[in-house]
Amino acid sequence: MSDGLMTGAEIVVRALTDQGVRHIFGYPGGAVLPIYDALFKQDAIEHILVRHEQGAAHAAEGYARSTGKAGVLLVTSGPGATNAVTGLTDAMMDSIPLVAITGQVPTHLIGTDAFQECDTVGITRACTKHNFLVRDIADLARVLHDAFYIATTGRPGPVVVDIPKDVQFRKGPYVGPEQILHRNYRPRVKGDQARIEQAVELMANARRPVFYTGGGVINSGTRASQLLRELVRLTGFPITSTLMGLGAYPASDRQWLGMLGMHGTYEANLAMNRCDLLINIGARFDDRVTGRLDAFSPGSKKIHVDIDPSSINKNVRVDVPIVGDCAHVLEAMIEIWKARAKQSDMGAMTAWWAQVEVWRARRSLSYRHSDDTIKPQYAVERLYQLTRDRNTYITTEVGQHQMWAAQHYHFEEPNRWMTSGGLGTMGYGVPAAVGVQVAHPDALVIDIAGEASVQMTLQEISTAVQFRLPIKIFILNNEYMGMVRQWQQLLHGGRYSHSYSEALPDFVKLAEAYGAKGIRAIKPAELDAKILEMIDYPGPVIFDCVVDKLENCYPMIPSGAAHDEMILPDATDGVGVSEAGKMLV
Amino acid sequence: MTAEHPFTTPLTSAAAAPSETVPQTEPAAVNQPASAYFLVDAQSRTVKATLSIIVDNEVGALARVVALFAGRGYNIESLTVAETDHQKHTSRITIVTSGTAHIIEQIKAQIARLIPVRRVVDLAQEKFGVEREMALVKIAGTGESRNEALRLSEVFRARVIDITHSSFIFELTGTPEKIDAFIELLIPLGLVETSRTGVVAISRGAEAL
Repeated sequence: MSDGLMTGAEIVVRALTDQGVRHIFGYPGGAVLPIYDALFKQDAIEHILVRHEQGAAHAAEGYARSTGKAGVLLVTSGPGATNAVTGLTDAMMDSIPLVAITGQVPTHLIGTDAFQECDTVGITRACTKHNFLVRDIADLARVLHDAFYIATTGRPGPVVVDIPKDVQFRKGPYVGPEQILHRNYRPRVKGDQARIEQAVELMANARRPVFYTGGGVINSGTRASQLLRELVRLTGFPITSTLMGLGAYPASDRQWLGMLGMHGTYEANLAMNRCDLLINIGARFDDRVTGRLDAFSPGSKKIHVDIDPSSINKNVRVDVPIVGDCAHVLEAMIEIWKARAKQSDMGAMTAWWAQVEVWRARRSLSYRHSDDTIKPQYAVERLYQLTRDRNTYITTEVGQHQMWAAQHYHFEEPNRWMTSGGLGTMGYGVPAAVGVQVAHPDALVIDIAGEASVQMTLQEISTAVQFRLPIKIFILNNEYMGMVRQWQQLLHGGRYSHSYSEALPDFVKLAEAYGAKGIRAIKPAELDAKILEMIDYPGPVIFDCVVDKLENCYPMIPSGAAHDEMILPDATDGVGVSEAGKMLV
Repeated sequence: MTAEHPFTTPLTSAAAAPSETVPQTEPAAVNQPASAYFLVDAQSRTVKATLSIIVDNEVGALARVVALFAGRGYNIESLTVAETDHQKHTSRITIVTSGTAHIIEQIKAQIARLIPVRRVVDLAQEKFGVEREMALVKIAGTGESRNEALRLSEVFRARVIDITHSSFIFELTGTPEKIDAFIELLIPLGLVETSRTGVVAISRGAEAL
């Protein structure tokens, strides 16, 4: 480096270090060997060796979501990059900041169908916020810093930097992050003041208002969650949140209605349906939330705060769109509310809350307890009760168990809940738990899993064992792909086509084979002791919680139905799913 | 749904009453027709848009824009692109598309979200936008139809840029509608091949994009 030049591989490591990266998740291969060589010669960055590149991406997501920083993965060309695509798409859908460094065949071989060549930037164009192929060593440092800037600002997302092997060897100049400013990308964070004032006026005059918040509040940082709490308490309005937004508002608070949407609570969905003012902070009117669009919150004025202008008026037309960062807009709302000495309409609020309490009294999350078999809801409840006072982070896979976790595990703080919302990626939970545990070595990290999902990425337990990451994989084992089975029951006449796993592994022995601990619970009476045994064990655990095979996840808004057409857990009859509804997913 | 499912019997919890769907608990007045929604809008009028998009001229910029149209199911009726500012290395992409007003707004927002995109303007919606397209049109034949084609080209102010004893190539510039009309008239006169540039557009007046 006496000439002031560094190799491309050294520039990568230096740029990551300067960006504050301390951990990366990766898997070596031919096209990234120079970068692995550079990693070998330093100790500022710890590399976590995963077992599959999808795992690297989900681990980086878990790391990012639990810290608010960008997650970084490093994979090789060809299959390394394509294996990471599911994780990149997942991060794109859930707005998770990732920087993925992919090796590429040397520039002179690009386009020749070389060994382990694929068109990485072509393949990942649709599933990244942005991507780069670095052909010139002179661009490398700038591109890497741009990648972090793009990934973490505005609406966060994954960014791929594809680096041909010859560029990793070539020598070039390094520039630090402070000297880099992207040419034209400047996301807008401050909301339009006039619109915010208009929103506050609507809030002060609302008779049946509800806050509907989403992952944008979490992405905006912990300050946004604090400001949200302040605004919600100032106004006295009820608040619900999407799956992605859980934890931004404390679930123990009286104003909290629980999650809304397809498997949301009765009170949350009815409040959405009957409100006269809907205040959307950092959510995107996803189809899981809105149900039937033409019957979605029909009598309300709608305020929508989103940092991404393309989210506004995409699915639902709103009255007051505010493009900006949640924390900035919430702060401005609070300022205006206080400066103008605004008060909610107390009489109207009393009546509205009385109505909400009637809905809440339906206890839509209740279920029938059993002394013989473990109900999955009961398992999550007990897990919650036994871990709530600890420093706990929860990840999930996708399916019934995920919804039960969202319903029955209650979050008081943001960044504690890691789940695949938009893409619905089975196999997210184990590697995400690995990533969370790397970021929070002393925390209790639990993947609430299903026995089907968990098998998609279970090999990452090996990563956990290798890196002494004491993650707990809590499997609600009903032997079915439970949500598929539930839909087949409700929509397809109980024809359970390929939703039963006939040849499940013995998860206890499997854990032992990996060098982890296996625990199995079959009876409700033994559950608490076994959960405590899991918590107390200082290493990774696979907990095989054998639950009721045919329990359905309720409440549920059937496809193509409106918020006030929920199926409650005490349903005695079939479900009215229209032909049009069956077409939906 | 039926007896096969053992857990559908009523809950024992005090609050829960047996019922499969939730009854309307408020007056129907709040459930007004959902006129504010796009399901209604979906039947509304399709309009044409001429999007002028200024992008950083970097590798893959055009692919990002085109892939966005393909991936989200938007239609491209024509597309032109070239670097227009060699100092700033920016290109201008002109895309003609169509959709409801809501779809057009969504297309513009999605394009604006792409990192290399600097501006997106719909010139078809601006009163002062000017659109032009160029076409090269080949006809083959002899005799009276050949003379008729030549007469038509004069009316349309098309230029003859190649000529043989049995063919002409015309060059014509104008609005897409004018080119359509010219081509339509040439079909019975021996039209054999057409090549069109697609629309380029610019705003009138002193303002720049």
